[in-house]
Amino acid sequence: MYSLVKKAVQAAAVGDTIYIYPGVYKEQHIAIAKTIHLKGIGLPVLDGEKKYEILTIRANNVTVEGICFRYSGRSSYMDIAAVRIAESRNVVIRNNVFEYAFFGIYSQHATACVIEGNRLSSDAKDEISSANGIHCWKSDSMFINGNTITGHRDGIYFEFVTNSHIKNNYSYQNVRYGLHFMFSNSDTYTSNTFRNNGAGVAVMYSNHINMYKNTFADNWGSAAYGILLKDISDGTIEGNKFQNNSVGVMMEGSSRLQMQKNTFAQNGWAMKIQANCMDNVITQNNFTGNSFDVATNGELVLSRFEKNYWDKYEGYDLNRNGIGDVPYRPVSLYAMITERNPSSMMLYRSFISSLIDKMEKVMPALTPVELKDDNPLMKPLKF
Amino acid sequence: MRTIVKYVMLDLLKNRIVMGYTLLLLVISFGMFSIDANSTKGVLSLMNIALIFVPLISIIFSTIYVYNSAEFIELLVAQPLKRKALWLSIYCGLALSLSLAFLIGVGLPVLIYESSATGLVLVISGLFQTLIFTGIALLASVKTRDKARGIGVSILTWFAFTLIYDAIVMLLLFQFSDYPLEKPMIALTMLNPVDLSRILILLKLDISAMMGYTGAVFSDFFGGKLGMLVSAIVLLLWAMVPVWFSVKQFQRKDL
Amino acid sequence: MLIASNVTKTFGKLKALDNVSVTCNKGQTIALIGPNGSGKTTLIKTMLGMVVPDSGFITFDQHNILHSWHYRERIGYMPQIGRYPDNMTIAQVMDMMKDIRKSNVLDEDLVKEFKLPALAQKKMRTLSGGTRQKVSASLAFLFNPDVLILDEPTAGLDPLSSEILKQKIIAEKEKGKLILITSHILSELDDLVTEVIYMQDGKLQFHKSIEQLQQDTGQVKLTQAIAHVMKTH
Repeated sequence: MYSLVKKAVQAAAVGDTIYIYPGVYKEQHIAIAKTIHLKGIGLPVLDGEKKYEILTIRANNVTVEGICFRYSGRSSYMDIAAVRIAESRNVVIRNNVFEYAFFGIYSQHATACVIEGNRLSSDAKDEISSANGIHCWKSDSMFINGNTITGHRDGIYFEFVTNSHIKNNYSYQNVRYGLHFMFSNSDTYTSNTFRNNGAGVAVMYSNHINMYKNTFADNWGSAAYGILLKDISDGTIEGNKFQNNSVGVMMEGSSRLQMQKNTFAQNGWAMKIQANCMDNVITQNNFTGNSFDVATNGELVLSRFEKNYWDKYEGYDLNRNGIGDVPYRPVSLYAMITERNPSSMMLYRSFISSLIDKMEKVMPALTPVELKDDNPLMKPLKF
Repeated sequence: MRTIVKYVMLDLLKNRIVMGYTLLLLVISFGMFSIDANSTKGVLSLMNIALIFVPLISIIFSTIYVYNSAEFIELLVAQPLKRKALWLSIYCGLALSLSLAFLIGVGLPVLIYESSATGLVLVISGLFQTLIFTGIALLASVKTRDKARGIGVSILTWFAFTLIYDAIVMLLLFQFSDYPLEKPMIALTMLNPVDLSRILILLKLDISAMMGYTGAVFSDFFGGKLGMLVSAIVLLLWAMVPVWFSVKQFQRKDL
Repeated sequence: MLIASNVTKTFGKLKALDNVSVTCNKGQTIALIGPNGSGKTTLIKTMLGMVVPDSGFITFDQHNILHSWHYRERIGYMPQIGRYPDNMTIAQVMDMMKDIRKSNVLDEDLVKEFKLPALAQKKMRTLSGGTRQKVSASLAFLFNPDVLILDEPTAGLDPLSSEILKQKIIAEKEKGKLILITSHILSELDDLVTEVIYMQDGKLQFHKSIEQLQQDTGQVKLTQAIAHVMKTH
């Protein structure tokens, strides 16, 4: 029995399990440099007193579970974390609770670590004074599974992280992004829910990213997106649900993305595709109840829309093959107008705006000619 | 006053046009909802009904009704009645029966298919349009002696509120697109009951998009309690002010 | 009881009433006579408060009628053309009037004599002009008012009904009521009226008792007396 965790860690041999009993342990800079198993019983609290980094792991195969990390230090010039994984392999951080942390879990040069079932909540007010929940930098083959993150700057942040899998996490009400990807290639994220984050989810400067079955919901604001794709290439976006976002998907400089079987419902703009995007394929998606389906900022569109269901489609299907006989143009003139003059949103759905849209449908003059779905589906797809 | 309201309503409820109006609304509403499984589209179509069709019918029907009741009004003016009470009774009778028609024709289907906050805002907006445009109709008909001219004025007023006003606003928007326009736009919205109601519905229906753009100023105002209160007061004023002016005019009118 | 003092009313360029002053007293039956457009109906309407005079005023029992409406409880008015809400039945119109007047003393003589109860369930729009006049007349007398203002009461009535109405007017006259009648058919007024007011171009030409008029013109019949007046004016 030791009264301090530090002393127990010091005394432990490689492969030992340290049990931490209930209580509040106000210790600074607990460093683990050997393979041990740190296990909390009855959720003991490790308190950083808002000054210190609580736990630093610099060894392989370390497991930390069942501990509540509270009040990590905060700093405007240093990255202080509740738990840091540094230059290690096969570390497991499981079923812990993080309260009022600056950085929650910070991984640097880590490989094949598992971050699983943790609950992170903090009290971030703005982007400058807060930090990320799960922060991974220059790591590889990480597995982030079933965590709940709220009240941080970014829920999950990836920079130079490769071959990793993010799964079943719930990231909500973070001040910036629910998930933030930078320069991270060949990662997959599946079945996560990102809800009501300051600006949604951002995936930037990365390639070979696959996104399956995620939910992006309730991201409202002038710069809020279900997902922002910036300079992304060669990814698959499949089976996701975009609901109640100001913009469902915002694409900038993205190419060779395959978007299919996604649901776009009740978004302000289901998709915004900037003119610098190319060779994306958008197929077999459902677009329902969106204020605007697609908006774009130029006349050139190099992406392909094919066999989607659009609830605004007014065409007919004479040969009854389930595919509309006339193309659907998802960009309405009024979407172009509001793009140029946001205040005209005030006149949306007025008599005059419908008149303008109807006129444009009869004689397209301003909307991009090439942006169309030649084979729009008559009925929504069932996923 | 209650006596006259009773008789005006009795007269109106048996009126074929009011019955037809109710039935038409009912058919349209059920039609809109049953054509599409997606009830949002139904609500959208009904929004156009509530904000364009309802004002048109309210204003034209009320104008014609007042002109057609000229002799009836004359008969009652010679009776021991306050003119103000008589005129308000006619307004109440008209407003109540047209509101009833709207409640049955649109409120009922909305209750069945879309009993949500959006549906509620839609129905309330439609009711307000009925009250407001009936009031404007009374003002138009008390101001102009000639029936044809009065109906003309009414149609023009309706046209002004539903189309011309918005066209001018749009023109302004593009003329002054370099300036921050959110606040002036809110003010401009208040000046047109149709626009105000439309935006209240939009805030339910297209909340995602509304939050996206004009952003803070706008959603803060209309989304907040103060904005809701102000909107409600403005709509009430729109319902009362024309009627009040028409009462003043009617009290001086020679019959 | 009903006094108009210097009443002037213009409709656009037309001077409908030009400084008209008349005094109508209890017990009088006054014929308001004049060519078309001489201002008879306008005068009646100003007395009922339906037309607001530009200048001058009207008193009813020494009270200015401007902005007041209670005095109309004591007036029965039969308009020139009585039109009623199309969808209401005779019974409903009657009931409505009773509702408005809230009077307990009802005089249903005319209702009975015109046999209106048999038609009670008929809609107003299906009625002939004559039947409407019967309804108007019945309503004017229904509440037993002190003052009766009848604008062309017999126009459109068949001779029989005309006679019924005339008898009723005489009966009321005997009760000492003030009765004001305009009519084109002067022969009808002969045995009714006690006074004659003659108007032309909005001006009051004269207000005389019938005896005075007979004396002045040397004519016994009202028709001839008036014809005489018109020639001389």
